[in-house]
Amino acid sequence: MSSGLYDMSAKDFDKTLDLTKIKPYGDTMNDGKTQVSFTLPIPNNEKGLEAARQLARRMGLNDPNVAYAGSLDKEFTFFVVYGSCTHTVDYTKIQVQTVQDETMSMEEVDQYIRENIGRKIVVVGASTGTDAHTVGIDAIMNRKGFAGHYGLERYEMIEGYNLGSQVPNEDFLEKAKELNADVLLVSQTVTQKDIHIQNLTELIELAEAEGVRGKYVMCCGGARITHELAKELGYDAGFGAGKFADDVATFCVKEMVRRGMK
Amino acid sequence: MKSKLGLDQGLVAQARSSAAHVAEDTQRFIDRHTTVAVERTVCRLLGIDGLNELGSPMPNVVVDHLAERGILGDGAAMRLGNALAEYPGLTPQEAAERIDRGELDLSALPYHPEPELRAALAPAIDAAMGRIRANVDRRRAYLDEFGDKSGPYIYLIVATGNIYEDITQARAAAKQGADVIAVIRTTGQSLLDFVPYGATTEGFGGTYATQENFRLMRAALDEVGEQEKRYIRLCNYCSGLCMPEIAAMGALERLDVMLNDALYGILFRDINMKRTIIDQYFSRVINGFAGVIINTGEDNYLTTADAYEEAHTVLASQFLNEAFALKAGLPEEQMGLGHAFEMSPDLPNAFLYELAQAQMAREIFPRAPLKYMPPTKFMTGNIFRGHVQDALFNMVTILTNQKIHLLGMMTEAIHTPFMSDRALAIENAQYIFRTMADLGGEIEFREGGIIRARAAEVLQKAASLLAEIEKTGLFATLEKGVFADIKRPQDGGKGLGGVVAKGEGYFNPFIEAMRGEAAK
Repeated sequence: MSSGLYDMSAKDFDKTLDLTKIKPYGDTMNDGKTQVSFTLPIPNNEKGLEAARQLARRMGLNDPNVAYAGSLDKEFTFFVVYGSCTHTVDYTKIQVQTVQDETMSMEEVDQYIRENIGRKIVVVGASTGTDAHTVGIDAIMNRKGFAGHYGLERYEMIEGYNLGSQVPNEDFLEKAKELNADVLLVSQTVTQKDIHIQNLTELIELAEAEGVRGKYVMCCGGARITHELAKELGYDAGFGAGKFADDVATFCVKEMVRRGMK
Repeated sequence: MKSKLGLDQGLVAQARSSAAHVAEDTQRFIDRHTTVAVERTVCRLLGIDGLNELGSPMPNVVVDHLAERGILGDGAAMRLGNALAEYPGLTPQEAAERIDRGELDLSALPYHPEPELRAALAPAIDAAMGRIRANVDRRRAYLDEFGDKSGPYIYLIVATGNIYEDITQARAAAKQGADVIAVIRTTGQSLLDFVPYGATTEGFGGTYATQENFRLMRAALDEVGEQEKRYIRLCNYCSGLCMPEIAAMGALERLDVMLNDALYGILFRDINMKRTIIDQYFSRVINGFAGVIINTGEDNYLTTADAYEEAHTVLASQFLNEAFALKAGLPEEQMGLGHAFEMSPDLPNAFLYELAQAQMAREIFPRAPLKYMPPTKFMTGNIFRGHVQDALFNMVTILTNQKIHLLGMMTEAIHTPFMSDRALAIENAQYIFRTMADLGGEIEFREGGIIRARAAEVLQKAASLLAEIEKTGLFATLEKGVFADIKRPQDGGKGLGGVVAKGEGYFNPFIEAMRGEAAK
């Protein structure tokens, strides 16, 4: 099925990098080479291959090459397709919201708290709603931390409370009040049918209804959470994959100082 | 089987004996108590099912009635039996309906002598026992006809939230080579103090465990199994606040595998320890009798605690789960003790330590169909690396003869598996199982080498931990946060309100009958 290992076709496109028109890079600038895989609910035969090629073209992939087609069931076929992407993006015009603070180490965060806040800060974290996964909140809060980044419970100047999973939003806020929290961390792992959006929104609405939103620095996190999404939902920050306790701690303490919370 | 690790058998025996003492000590507490879930299970097995007008399951209606009148400690069997003796010809279901309508008060009837109660209950008990026995026979007949798989069972999950969509996915997975299909439960079901009713199409991250959903999936898997000439096992989750009820539903609908851990609910769902420990006993009696393989949840410790440092807690928990299962009459061949491939890929020699742990479990529990869980904690979304991590995991399984092999998905940490994710995972596992089929038999581990030393160290630590638990008692140990770094107070958590002391006239005819037959 492969069209040969060596691509002998003339490369008659402009091979200089243009940041206003970027496209995928395979082995030559601007070749647009892209790999996609998908399953179609059709049998694996010539007609199926053509369907995959047509679909790839409609995705904007020129010269689609169906590198692999395999039956998953009588009526389902899995395809791996390569092609040259025809679309481009103007990289120079992109603006994204990210957490701007430069991440401090655990010791630096502790020192920053001593100097700028002058007392231990209270961080309460939970996986809220029906979400039974603790992996996210544990990675940020457990003493041991994750991937070499110690968790918040190990910070000398942070008093961390990890409430675990399946904590109802009402209970979470009640506990925050009881513990005199400065920072609330919410973890969401299950994102099926956007349940995390509903749940995160509910927490903010509850906090606003109780008039306590301004009292806390509120952050959410999870593999599918972005800072932009978090801001949109009314959080102060969002932390996705590849963020660790030190990233979260840095943002929270700086945000407290920015807001004059003492 | 010749030991490849040169394990200290004296130490193994010592650890096993500590675990047995812990289980015995705890069993004394279990034997004096019952719970709302246990009594609802008795109701279900007596044939009480369906919902009332308000949507409450009928077993809950009866048990709430008993609890409100302060007679739950007498047990549902005794009180319902009394009603059946009072009104000859009445069935347990009809009794439940009368209770629901307020026409029958189980606390207001004259007492009949125990032999009379038992005689009145006998037809309902015999019907349930007969149905479960028929399921055991049916499974055996299928296995006799098609034969059973000799290598690892490929275990796959479906989790669409809709039982009918689950069936489509399960059929495809079975045709691709899955041996066990697990229907993941909807998130949060473990904390419901009732079992939902009927076929369901709405769930988050999984599908409700209901008796009707069990029946639908069982029928679909039998159908595809007959086409494929293989028996496809069905797995669900016998954990949470309804442990024994789900065990009963599974026994009635011929499930083959149940997640069923003695400690999991306490640690990971914050269910009260007394409640769980009582509930797990009856659930295991049922699973044992119904020929269901239980899967224990030690793998979960490693998703919160460090897999290298806390490996001994996995072994200690396996010993405890074994001891509790033996107490419930569950044979070793049905003990799918759990563990997982969860060490950090950044740790030098991590593969060797995983191999040591898996081989050690194999040698210490030689007859158990060990359940082995794939990497999840260190799956990153880099699907290409993930596929390699899963390949290493597959190698450990075939090298050390793990039995229930939960397939890793390269898209772990991204989404619930696509149909293609499953197909690629099966292809990966089958390739490795085929081309390395007998590699394990060719390998011996060097005396004084890393693998033997690691196994010895983990065993030593597990034995000391168990000795300590033997001294402290199980409940106090759980309060100290020994497992998975999680501390649970004895009277905290969910479901303690559902625990009561047994009254004098209490009896559970199903535990008697199931244990009685198992003893034969």
